[in-house]
Amino acid sequence: MTGHSERSAAVAGGELRVWEKGEGSGICWFAGLPGLPRWLPVLDRLAEAHRVAAPSLPGAPGGQSADLLDEHVDWLLAARDAHRAADTEGGALVGASSGGALAADVAAVWPEAVGRLVLIAPFGLFDEAEPVADVFAQRPADRSPLLTARPDEFDAWTAFGTDDAGEAMEWDIAMQRATNAAARLLWPLGDTRLATRLARIACPTLLIWGGDDRVMPRSYAARIADAISGPARVEIVPGAGHMAEFDRPGAVAGAIAAFLAEG
Amino acid sequence: MKVLWFHLMPYTELPEDFKERHPGVWVEIDPALFDPERAHVMYNDFMDELEFAAEQGFDGICVNEHHSNGYGLMPSPNLIASTLARRTRDAAICVMGSSVALYDPPVRVAEEFAMIDCISGGRLIAGFPVGTPMDTCYAYSRNPSLLRPRYYEAIDLITRAWREEKPFPYNGRFNRMRYVNPWPRPVQKPRPPVWVPGSGSVETWRMCYENDFVYAYLSYWGYKAGLGVMKGFWEEMKAMGAEPNPYHAGFLQAVGVAESHAEAVDLYARPASYFYDRCLHLDPKFARPPGYISEATVRARLTSQVTMAADQAIAARPFQAHTDNVLEQGHVIVGSPDEVADQLRKVAVDLNVGHLMLLLHFGNMSKDLTRHNTRLFAEKVLPQIADLFDDEWEDHWWPNPMPSQSRAVPEPVAV
Repeated sequence: MTGHSERSAAVAGGELRVWEKGEGSGICWFAGLPGLPRWLPVLDRLAEAHRVAAPSLPGAPGGQSADLLDEHVDWLLAARDAHRAADTEGGALVGASSGGALAADVAAVWPEAVGRLVLIAPFGLFDEAEPVADVFAQRPADRSPLLTARPDEFDAWTAFGTDDAGEAMEWDIAMQRATNAAARLLWPLGDTRLATRLARIACPTLLIWGGDDRVMPRSYAARIADAISGPARVEIVPGAGHMAEFDRPGAVAGAIAAFLAEG
Repeated sequence: MKVLWFHLMPYTELPEDFKERHPGVWVEIDPALFDPERAHVMYNDFMDELEFAAEQGFDGICVNEHHSNGYGLMPSPNLIASTLARRTRDAAICVMGSSVALYDPPVRVAEEFAMIDCISGGRLIAGFPVGTPMDTCYAYSRNPSLLRPRYYEAIDLITRAWREEKPFPYNGRFNRMRYVNPWPRPVQKPRPPVWVPGSGSVETWRMCYENDFVYAYLSYWGYKAGLGVMKGFWEEMKAMGAEPNPYHAGFLQAVGVAESHAEAVDLYARPASYFYDRCLHLDPKFARPPGYISEATVRARLTSQVTMAADQAIAARPFQAHTDNVLEQGHVIVGSPDEVADQLRKVAVDLNVGHLMLLLHFGNMSKDLTRHNTRLFAEKVLPQIADLFDDEWEDHWWPNPMPSQSRAVPEPVAV
């Protein structure tokens, strides 16, 4: 099921793609590692009762170039531009994985812009005693199983579907660009120094973690929840890996919907 | 033709079962395998070998930089180059090179190279590699998509530091300095020749053209692998208007010489097998850090059948299992002096390279065998290839040292 619409939003220095679906109070969605090469079922579920808007982050499919984002402040401003493009000011912001690192920062730096925050196994922290997995130094066959409990479906979701060689090349380059951008943001440890800014997050926050996440240690969830000033709680999704929203869309959408209903 | 003697300085005592028991030779190589007292012997042997090559009449001697690497024991090639500058007379000292994007500020490299140029009396060839993924993005944790812009900026900063006649401020994207003023300054004016070791990216080719740098293709896979890359290089150079001067290019080749082909196979098969099986046992997870290869190069590779085939073969090779007999693969040129000379002439002519950089030590080759290989090459192969290209082309990229009689002579070592 899709039926989403696409619009282009003007931001500083260019345009970015916004995918939208549904009506109701707004949810801004910051996607994880490969961005959104295709629509996601979890967004359908959320769109049943909300207007879901997924702006493309820099480097991700539909996003602006990440080539001039050298320092974290550049990323932060680009993330805020994407957030504004979603037109959900003061509403809910959901960020997964690499997108979660940026969502947490938007909520920390522009607290009035985010009413409720959901973070799905966000990057941003690193503890030597309990290291985040290196998602980039992986043999090709190991990468998808590291990210998701459904590697075959994930590979199909990120693969180009037709035989057109020219389009397939552009698709491949777009997917490489998305990974390159995530690496540019997160290299080498995934630590964006988010820990120093977590106390600035004052809104109610839900942390969602795949029960089988092999990338992000589960202890980071409690660490983040404890450091946030606002009320925060953790929900574990059994049977899901790092990309819980991909692995168990129903469970994740249900948890988010319930959390938003509390507000 | 210029012939340079290149040492990788591999650790020569990796265990027999290294390939079976260890994931790779690079980045995560087991620290327990390193015996510093054995390394003491290796370093001194290796430096003896480089000095011996200079005595035997090679035009230059080369060292290079690797990190966390079992086949390259020179995190700082400049340390070795400075001792070679003292202990050799006329050979060019080729540091191939210093990974300029790894140093903050890169002015450090301008300073160290200037020191080596001063100590050697102007014999330095300054190599500026972008660096392998393993060295730069993993062992030194550089951000892959920022590595190349950092590299270009570092070269700009270093060459400007050598060129400017007064202290100057530098406001770069990555380097912001109020006072740039390297002291010492190089003997060679306007600067030492710059050589760039590359692996086939179009940006590097263009940079070499625009800045008048030598492009050197350093592959361990010999002539066939080099053909595609060098063809791409010369096509790009022609498109930009450069003349096909072979001295604008360099190429690396492993060589083993003996009195006969059969003897050469007998002598060099084991060290070659050590090199290809143990030294090049790389973990594929480190092959492609995201962003290390620019989008322009990805596009060029995907759209050019020639470079695509070559690049895929090259990229895949180190990460695949090797055959038992690497000599049959043609990666190493082995044979009698005449056979080796014939093959090297063919390599130089077909690839159009005027700077041959030879690995006459490879793998766990003993010091005695290395000297034998070096001596035989110098006596019986070098004279057969030395005149190649000289009647037609001039080498604009070779060091221009102080006159021999003006150069200092170091005091002998007191024993």
